[in-house]
Parts: sequence; structure tokens; C-alpha cells
Amino acid sequence: MNKTALNEKHRALGAKMTDFHGWEMPLYYTSILDEHRAVRQALGIFDISHMGQVLVTGPDATRTLNHLMVSDFSQVGLNRACYTLMLNERGGIIDDLIIYRLGEEEFLVIVNCGNRAIDVEWLRAHRQGNTTVTNISEERAILAIQGPLASRVLETLIDAKVAGLGRFEIAPIRTIGPDACIARTGYTGSDGFELFLPNRHAGRLWEATLAAGKPQDAHPVGLGARDTLRVEAGLRLYGADMDAATTPWEVGLDWTVALGKPNFIGKDTLLRQRAQGVTRKFVGFVLPQGPVPRTGMELTAPGADHRRIGAVTSGTFSPMLNQPVGMGYVEPASAAVGAPLGLTVRAQRYAAAIVKLPFWKPERKPSAVSSPAPSSGTHLLERLS
Amino acid sequence: MNIPAELRYTKTHEWARQEGTDVAVGITSHAQEELRDVVFIELPNVGKVVKQGEPAAVIESVKAAFDIYAPVSGVISRANGALAKSPQAVNQDCYGAGWLFAVAPSNPAELSSLLSAQAYEQQLQTPTPGH
Repeated sequence: MNKTALNEKHRALGAKMTDFHGWEMPLYYTSILDEHRAVRQALGIFDISHMGQVLVTGPDATRTLNHLMVSDFSQVGLNRACYTLMLNERGGIIDDLIIYRLGEEEFLVIVNCGNRAIDVEWLRAHRQGNTTVTNISEERAILAIQGPLASRVLETLIDAKVAGLGRFEIAPIRTIGPDACIARTGYTGSDGFELFLPNRHAGRLWEATLAAGKPQDAHPVGLGARDTLRVEAGLRLYGADMDAATTPWEVGLDWTVALGKPNFIGKDTLLRQRAQGVTRKFVGFVLPQGPVPRTGMELTAPGADHRRIGAVTSGTFSPMLNQPVGMGYVEPASAAVGAPLGLTVRAQRYAAAIVKLPFWKPERKPSAVSSPAPSSGTHLLERLS
Repeated sequence: MNIPAELRYTKTHEWARQEGTDVAVGITSHAQEELRDVVFIELPNVGKVVKQGEPAAVIESVKAAFDIYAPVSGVISRANGALAKSPQAVNQDCYGAGWLFAVAPSNPAELSSLLSAQAYEQQLQTPTPGH
């Protein structure tokens, strides 16, 4: 079983460990619901080092990503992140990824844990011109610091105005080293940051962040709450909500696709499907109360007609809404927001209704994005070095 | 571990308590600890006939749904409707407010066939294969 650099720290905290795609990871430390609420109301600290990190570099790095991904990387500015999809020739999704532009010719690609090997192989096989693909996952860790208090707590550790870092911006953390970075990204639906750094610094940063956040009720958070948080935020999970047989149109990620850019893998199929229309649509739905929707459960037409119209791909009990929520596919004719549908649980039928995603989103305070971004060289992890 | 001496237990972590002519049923402290975060409970309807060792209710945690087995055979005489609004009572007070249902037993001798507190505690201390 693979272990992250923080494995011993999780055990010391008494985490319930689980096997996640061959990685021994914390499922929860105390309670999934408590950890979920900590992220929504204060601060949660996650080890997500099981995710892969790949560098795509060279004079043709942008050309390579434009050939492989649905987004237009000529439009991605320096120190900016892009959520994107990598497709196969049939327009099916190989993975969803976040790609950071670290330099004119340097990109950091974050891939899903279960897809590490497939993604690296695909990137290498389809690279364009002078491009180098380097899998740096083994030596690297990722910490996610998520929640409304994230910037306040991180600023006590990092001598820089992390609050000035805009959403989807990345900056170096110079005192950790030339290859340590902080980005205002995450997959929880709450404000937060992700820190990318060499394994040898992970333990120190984990301890320091937990200690700094303690007065604000910061919790270490496991994969259990990571899942409930992303569902509540309406965020799709690769392997559950989408796979190699799913196109971006079907899963409702149309906004990631730059159809106007020159050819990319899968574009032909996407154009064809756009003209023909999709045969299933991804929706979110809620139950007033009742059981938790789980993967594979049947979605049926409302009323007396119990005809199957689709199935659940993700679901949970939403701690913020205090009700069950789910996502899945239904026939396009049944996919309108507000439309009723049935959910079959243990042969019993429960009434549900389609809602707009996300199920929950934070109240936006006046944006910090307008304040100046931190200038390079101001990031000093004083207390850590 | 809280294992009240006056109750009877199943190997599948239910407890049973004689209450007048009824047998009240819930899950043990060990079981609620393992489940964590209980968010929904499906109780049997009053009048339903249940059989010892067969599923009678379902408890759902955030992660999964679990069958709850009837410790004794009989007819469901009461169900704890308050759990619809506060399923977390199972986590907070599994031997009290978190009780699930009561059975009017058809064969009262079944109750004495269940594990004593001591035997149940012993079972918990025996490592299960694969763990």
C-alpha cells in the first residue's frame, strides 16, 4: 500500500485509515460531519498528497496542452490555474485536472490519484514538439487548507498577504524552496488554498498549520468529508460522475471547452455530439428528507409512471442543508431545474426534485481579488524555517 | 466501552431490553462508534412481523447503509418516531433516546438465548479475521 509523507501524522492523530486507489489515506479523524462543518465554518486541513503532480515543460508545452486538453492554454496567464478535461479520441473524459502555469514554458498538472499512470502515459504519448513530461509525484506532497479562516491562519505562517492571492492564482513560497507553491484553489466549494511542496517539508507544515489553526477550531480532515464537501458544492468526481465514456456536454462541464481553438483530441466527437444533442444530462437533486442517495440507485419518472429515467452517480447527506442531496444522469427531457423525480431506495420510492448546482455556496464577502497580488520574494515561511 | 450489564446482546451488535411485555431494541455503543455520523433511520412499521436474526431496520451513516437485525421474533409494537427528526440520538444516547423499536415477542425464550453483557464484551475483544 502506498503511503504519503504524512502517514505517521495521521496515525498519531488516531485517524481511521482507508484504502483509496492503493493509497492508505485518512477517512476521518473524529467524524465526517464535524470535519465537514469545520471546513464550512472555520478551517480544515487535508493531506491530498495521493494526487499526482506532473510537470509539462519546454518550448512546446502550451502547444502540447492545447492538443491534449479542452481549454485554451494560450489564454491562461502566468501564475494562473485552469480546471480542464483531457479527452480520448471519442470525446470521453480521461481525467479532470487542474493545471497551473508556473512559467511561459512550465506547467504543473495535478491529476487524480487513480489516474496517475494513465495520465502520465497519455501526456507522454501525445506530447507535441519539444515538450518534456516529468512525473514528480513521488517526491512531492500537497496540503489543502480550506475554509473561511484559511487566509487568516496561513498569514500567521507565511509572511505574505495570502489574502491578496486571487482565486485560481498561484505564487511561490520562497523560504520553503524554489519548488514550493501556494495556490488559491481547492475542491471543497469553500475558500481555501493548496500548498505544493517537497515531501521533506510536509510534516513541518502540517504540524504548524494545525497548531496555528487550533484557536480557530481547525480540524484535520479526511477523505470522507472531502467527498461530502465536493458533493455539497456540486463538484464532479472522476470515476463516479464521469469516466472515459462520458463527454463534457453530458456531465455539464461545457464551460471548460474552448471549441474555437484549433484542433484538440476529441474535438470532432464533441462537434458531432453538439449538433446531434446528448442522450443524458447530469443533474443535481434534493430530497426533503429520507435516505442518502448512493451510487447506482435508480432515478424514475415522477407520478404513477415508475419508468427508469436515470441513475445516481454521487450522493450524500448535506450537513449545511440538513437534507440528502444527489447527482446523476437523467434523460434530457426530464432534466429541467425544478422537475420532480423519484429515487428508489431499497425498493421504496422517495420524492426528489432537480435543483441547480451547487447545492450550497458560501456567502461571498467583498472580493479580495481586487487587492494587489503578492509581489515575488515576499513569501517567507519564517516560523517554519 | 459502555455495555450495560442488564441488557442482552446479539453478535451483530444490537441490544435488547425487557420493557413490560415488550423487548426494546437498539444498537450498542460499539456499533454507533463504528458507524459514526448517523443521518437516517428506516424503522419498521408497527404491526410488522419480524423474525430473530433477520433485518428489521436500516441505519444510514454518511458513508453507507447498515441492516439492523431483530434480536427476537414477534410483532413490532412500537417504533421510535423521534429518530426521523434526530437520527443523531443513536450516536448521542444509543441505550436511551436512541432506541429503535420494540417487539412483542412470539417466543420469549429467545431473549435468554442472546449474549450476556460479559459474553458480548468478550466478543468485542476477540479480533475478527481480516482486521
